[in-house]
Amino acid sequence: MTNTIMRALCALCCLIVLAPLAAVLFYVVSQGASSLTPSLLTRLPDPTAAHGGGLLNAITGTLVLLLLACLVGVSIGLMTGIYLAEYGRGRFAWLVRFLTDVLAGLPSIVAGLVAYGLIVVVTGNFSALSGGVALGLLMFPIVTRTIEGVLLLVPSDVREAGLALGVRRWRVIVSVVLPMAASGIATAIILGIARVAGETAPLLFTAFGSPGTPNSLLQPVSALPLAIFVDSQAPDQQSRALAWAGALVLVALVLLLNLTARLLAARFGGQRSRG
Amino acid sequence: MDSGPTLGRIKLDRAGDSPIGERAVRSPIGLFASALVRKIHPSTALVVGLPASRVVARYNARGRRAVMPSSPHAAEMTKEDPVVNHGESTDSPPRAFARQPAGARAFRLFGDRATSLGDRVFHGLSVCFALLILVITLVMVVTLTIQAWPTITRFGWGFLTSAQWNPVVDRYGALTFLFGTLYTSLFALVLAVPLSLGVAIFLAELAPRSVRGPATMLVELLAAIPSVVYGLWGIYVLTAIVQSPVEGWLGAHFGWIPLFSGPAYGSGILAAILILTIMIVPTITAISTDLLRRVPTEQREGMLALGATHWETITQVVLPYARSGIIGAVILGLGRAVGETMAVTMVIGNGRYIGPSLFAVTDTMASVIANQFSEATGTLYPAALLELGLLLFLMSMALNMLARLLVWRFARLGDTR
Repeated sequence: MTNTIMRALCALCCLIVLAPLAAVLFYVVSQGASSLTPSLLTRLPDPTAAHGGGLLNAITGTLVLLLLACLVGVSIGLMTGIYLAEYGRGRFAWLVRFLTDVLAGLPSIVAGLVAYGLIVVVTGNFSALSGGVALGLLMFPIVTRTIEGVLLLVPSDVREAGLALGVRRWRVIVSVVLPMAASGIATAIILGIARVAGETAPLLFTAFGSPGTPNSLLQPVSALPLAIFVDSQAPDQQSRALAWAGALVLVALVLLLNLTARLLAARFGGQRSRG
Repeated sequence: MDSGPTLGRIKLDRAGDSPIGERAVRSPIGLFASALVRKIHPSTALVVGLPASRVVARYNARGRRAVMPSSPHAAEMTKEDPVVNHGESTDSPPRAFARQPAGARAFRLFGDRATSLGDRVFHGLSVCFALLILVITLVMVVTLTIQAWPTITRFGWGFLTSAQWNPVVDRYGALTFLFGTLYTSLFALVLAVPLSLGVAIFLAELAPRSVRGPATMLVELLAAIPSVVYGLWGIYVLTAIVQSPVEGWLGAHFGWIPLFSGPAYGSGILAAILILTIMIVPTITAISTDLLRRVPTEQREGMLALGATHWETITQVVLPYARSGIIGAVILGLGRAVGETMAVTMVIGNGRYIGPSLFAVTDTMASVIANQFSEATGTLYPAALLELGLLLFLMSMALNMLARLLVWRFARLGDTR
């Protein structure tokens, strides 16, 4: 009797938890789809125009920031992941692993403040570079731990075979292990991108937002989450419609990235079991 | 795994032979020890003491120990030594392979001899990047402290106890925001933990196989949605729901309880609590589901063999077994709630309030930084906001460290994961 009640309660918990997901997706799709036109994606914001302009600056800004974040996050993440998987044993590696896990929970606004203190204060103005660094700081723990897990999954016979043939150890890692784990590494990068694509708080005082498309790394740049935030605070209807449309684009982007990561991970698991 | 033979046995076995190979230990003590032992007599190793005995013990233990120690030099010493023949080493490879750790860890046995320049450069490069993690953490703390220095020196510990936040006269105190952060986060935790545990039990134990996969994916999707989208939904949908039905009803019927006193604005602490609950449930659920799945089946089977129902098994064996890990997951959720910025900023209404009412409008540390940073002029104003950021950083790092230690201790993830 208790068994059935508790089973029903747990199922109810599941439904309660998934209800907001359905609600958010429903509202984003319904409100966003009505204002999403192709011109929205190709025009710059223009409050004086009849339709209020578009999101081009936000979309291009997001692309630039994600590229910079990848440069920072993937380089640190890849090499640290390789270290932890191939060489990492002992107190130092434990500390690195622990700090990486702890930094994975860094509040995004603190990452923005650190990038502000490091770059914006030194260079004197807001820039895409500082925004990219802030996002990279948020990205690298996930990339590190995922790549470490992926490299540990590569069977050791492959490494042994390489060494038995006389290949140097670093060459074995670079030319044998990494290509074998390529789809897993791609999964790690995509997961990292999906994590930072929706972050707004670090960009509030690093990239800062701008009305035009990015033309330099040292100038402020807009981003999709930033545009959503700023437009949602505006009083007029057009800005709010822009905010919902931007939210739809952002949610679609993030879901697409997550789905791709999942598919790649499944393929990597399949490859490994076959090979 | 035996700990290796003593020095005495070496003297008996290899009197007159050089027990240490030429490509031996590179550490200074090791070099000294090996020189002593080689040039003079094995017994001089006793003079040098522990380091040498470790060196010699490792050398002598090869072939007997199945799992090699972590030093690369020991791996070198396991290689062939043309001078000395050990009768015991012929049967060691099968045993060694049988007990090797799987995956990349075993790789270390073979890869460390004959290190070329490329090997050393690559190894050094990867160590540099790993060191970078430590450096980054330090740089974060130092940068925030430097930027917050004006207010640290000006207000000292009074910053934490003062509720005054007045940019006009440059008086700043973090108490309001500390209260806002802790009140919303802890309340959200109270709501989120039963929900997450229910979902985790459902996903790990109770759900039929066909439902498990899609349900897990849907819960992970909750975590994937950006927080600004939650905030946008919160502004236009959640605050409307909270204002009229929820707060109106609660205020009308229970307005005498301090929790439900005050006018119903819609946005405020209650809306922030609800949004935070939605956002931390996936975190706690994901880790808890993983932990519940790791509980060994023997425990469950034992309970079932004793005649317990499924639910009794869960409450009396599975949950207590995973208890420390689940506490770690809960603390991790708290850490996430404390640092959550955008969704909270957009629904909390932005005011100054310290008190019990759930309907009130206040600010959290993260939301005040997000709102006021772009307008902060002068030296003390940005420094005060950065000191709030430093506080937030320290709080969240402390929570995360505690949580990770608890979760790792349960799942023993420190070395292998």
